[in-house]
Amino acid sequence: MPIEIPKDKWPGSIKIVTIGATSAEGGTRTKSISVGGQASMPYLHYEAPMPNKPVIAIEIKSRKPDDWSPLLVEAWGETMAEPAQWAKKADEAGADIIVVALTLADSPEDAVRVVKSVLSATGLPLIVWGPGQVEKDNELLVPVSEATNGEKIVLGICEDKNYRTIVATAMANGHLVQARTPMDVNLSKQLNILISDMGMPKERILMDPTTGALGYGIEYGYSVMERLRLAALQGDAMTQLPMIVTPGYETWKTKESKIGEGVPEGWGDWKARAINWETLTAIALVESGADIVVLRHPESVKRVKGAIEELVTV
Amino acid sequence: MALAGIQIYKLLPQTNCKECGFPTCLAFAMKLAAKQVELSACPYVSDASKKQLAESAAPPIRLITLKAGSEVKAGNEVVMFRHEKSFYNKTGLFIRVKASDPDLAKKVTAADAYKVNYVGMDFSIDGFAIEADGDLTAAVKTIRTVSKRPLILMTKDSALLDSSLSLLAGESALIYAADASNYEPLADLAKKYKAALVVKSDSLDGLADLTKNIQAKGVEDMVLDLGGRNMGEWLARSTQVRKLAIKSNLRALGYPVIAFPCDAKDEGVAAAQAIAKYAGFVVLSEFKPELLYPLLVLRENIYTDPQKPIQVQPGIYEINSPNPESPVLVTTNFSITYFSVANEVEGSGLPAWLVVTDAEGMSVLTAWAAGKFDAERIAKAIKTFDVASKVSKKRIVLPGHVAVLSGELEEELPDWEIRVGPREAVDLPAFMKQALN
Ligand code: B12
Ligand code: SF4
Repeated sequence: MPIEIPKDKWPGSIKIVTIGATSAEGGTRTKSISVGGQASMPYLHYEAPMPNKPVIAIEIKSRKPDDWSPLLVEAWGETMAEPAQWAKKADEAGADIIVVALTLADSPEDAVRVVKSVLSATGLPLIVWGPGQVEKDNELLVPVSEATNGEKIVLGICEDKNYRTIVATAMANGHLVQARTPMDVNLSKQLNILISDMGMPKERILMDPTTGALGYGIEYGYSVMERLRLAALQGDAMTQLPMIVTPGYETWKTKESKIGEGVPEGWGDWKARAINWETLTAIALVESGADIVVLRHPESVKRVKGAIEELVTV
Repeated sequence: MALAGIQIYKLLPQTNCKECGFPTCLAFAMKLAAKQVELSACPYVSDASKKQLAESAAPPIRLITLKAGSEVKAGNEVVMFRHEKSFYNKTGLFIRVKASDPDLAKKVTAADAYKVNYVGMDFSIDGFAIEADGDLTAAVKTIRTVSKRPLILMTKDSALLDSSLSLLAGESALIYAADASNYEPLADLAKKYKAALVVKSDSLDGLADLTKNIQAKGVEDMVLDLGGRNMGEWLARSTQVRKLAIKSNLRALGYPVIAFPCDAKDEGVAAAQAIAKYAGFVVLSEFKPELLYPLLVLRENIYTDPQKPIQVQPGIYEINSPNPESPVLVTTNFSITYFSVANEVEGSGLPAWLVVTDAEGMSVLTAWAAGKFDAERIAKAIKTFDVASKVSKKRIVLPGHVAVLSGELEEELPDWEIRVGPREAVDLPAFMKQALN
């Protein structure tokens, strides 16, 4: 019995966003990374081809974190004390993009030095996050943005409380921004509108709908991403942006990943469980439309990469 | 596909005799469409209409129940995306075992006993899939001495199936699998033993042909194996089948799907996709708690009703038999939040009073941002639950994430000492030992 496969024909599609500039493009990256361009729900290649596959960013910190799981410390070792070394190892571990997360302890000079050292240690495109406090974000991100003019770095994390300065400096220096809102379709749209109203082209905005870890609110993030993607395909221009999410950050603060002893026996082997926690959270998000997943453990990177390869092979 | 009121009306006698208790057949039809009355209230519906109405009322994806000492259901789903309504019947997780395995009884015993708690709910596996690489009947016997969970029998040998199924009287097992070459004897067995039957083909056309042929032999309970080379192909097929069943009402593919992550390159990743993307049953290669636990949690998250966050009852909870000197901890009534805190404190052995405020089922920060967890509400809870009568040492510990509330709370509760606890519950025991003496 010949079956006719039902196909959705959507009026909308996702904008293509390119991160990082090569020397030909006015930067120093060995390659740039493009995400977005989809015209169907994730991986339904029979409806529309997927021009760009999802990519993986690895998160490193500007100084060695003292509250990361021992499993992460075991994985990155000595390199954690030196961002350039850490970035190099992350590059080798398969990262497509490096996220450099600045901290409250950094001075503007520290921030610029760290970002520059990472730029020279690897040819990958960069995302740079401020520490998440409005004043400090402005104090660190503006000099970083100016010192890296033309590199097409993603600056973040823009929220409704701090987006103005970050967007202004990103526009002035040819960078992009990561726009985060707390798991709500309308809030995402609103922030994207505010940012584009400042004159930022949509091709330079990544949308971060916020996510939760497996067992700690992932279902909300999962559904908001599906709804955002459906809205975009239905033609809502303010949601037609690639999505970036942070499963690494979310999962490595859960007890399941952090703690090896004194936990229920049913949780099984600590290391395998912790990596499963990050990997499975990331996979669920990749299935619901993530274009960039920011991870922490090299083993998760390998596994999520493997899955993406299978998902895009037609 | 459910019929609209007007379509139902056309199938009714249209005499407006009122015996159903409604003034007109149309009024009755509207109630039927809204599922507020039973068709049997009208004595005059023709048999032909009854049949048509029953068919239209049938769920687009057939409900399949595998049953032994426990049961597991798949099917009856109505949406593509969970936010549209909800996903209902949680993916059944089966562990694959080998009939030839000398440690069969031991392995099944361990997996059968597995129990893990997530926010107050106990999860376990749903059953076993037995690969007939050795004596299947002996394996079934062995398993039945140690586990009463539903079984999937994996062999195409109908004589072997017959003797194995005969050991499972009163159960509904799942037979794996019928294809174009062997569906006839397998369908006969499914019928004889009231078992469900997996049909397997590498194309949707092939699957539809098979289900039609098998249905013609009188078997209704079927499950689809979609094949597929990799995750991408499986996802496409699973999406197509779901859409054809619920959007196009294609009965021939209106059955739950079974997935075999055990054969995938990366089992955990494939199983996660299967759970998120519509599998009714999932077969895992072996019993590994470090994978099973995250999969069970993922399943719970995906199948949670998006309209109703899981909540606990607001109130004052006693942990480790607190006395009047024990500290009062404050949290919200979002189930994940409550259990993160309660489990930590319980595990530490330290006594405490845990005051759970009515934050409409939201986490600490969400509730705080939404104005459902503020000094006023906390003070109100302390008063409503009469906490003052239970303690002599009036000391409240706030979650570290809402440290900003401490000033206002001091104003609301002037005779209480307000302390700010750690941000994460994991650090509570250490905090209670060091800072609260
Ligand atoms: C899932 C989620 C939602 C879900 C709701 C889930 C729910 N039922 O609560 C939805 C999507 C509905 C939602 C909505 C909103 N959210 Co929200 N949400 C989240 C998210 C992703 C996870 C929250 C969660 O479940 N955490 C897990 C639980 C277990 O954490 P917890 O309750 O804090 O408990 C921990 C600790 O606090 C501690 N603890 C708890 N009790 C106690 C007690 C003591 C004594 C101690 C010591 C410790 C302690 O232990 C627990 C484990 O460590 C967070 C961001 C994130 N990734 O964390 C944002 C977040 C909480 N949301 C936020 C916001 C702003 C909102 C909205 C107001 C957005 C809006 N304007 O619409 C709405 C409000 C809801 C409304 N108006 O109806 C913000 C809050 C920002 C802030 N700091 O003010 C956050 C932080 C996101 C962000 N970064 O912006 N949200
Ligand atoms: S009993 Fe049947 S025929 Fe009579 S009014 Fe009701 S629906 Fe119509």
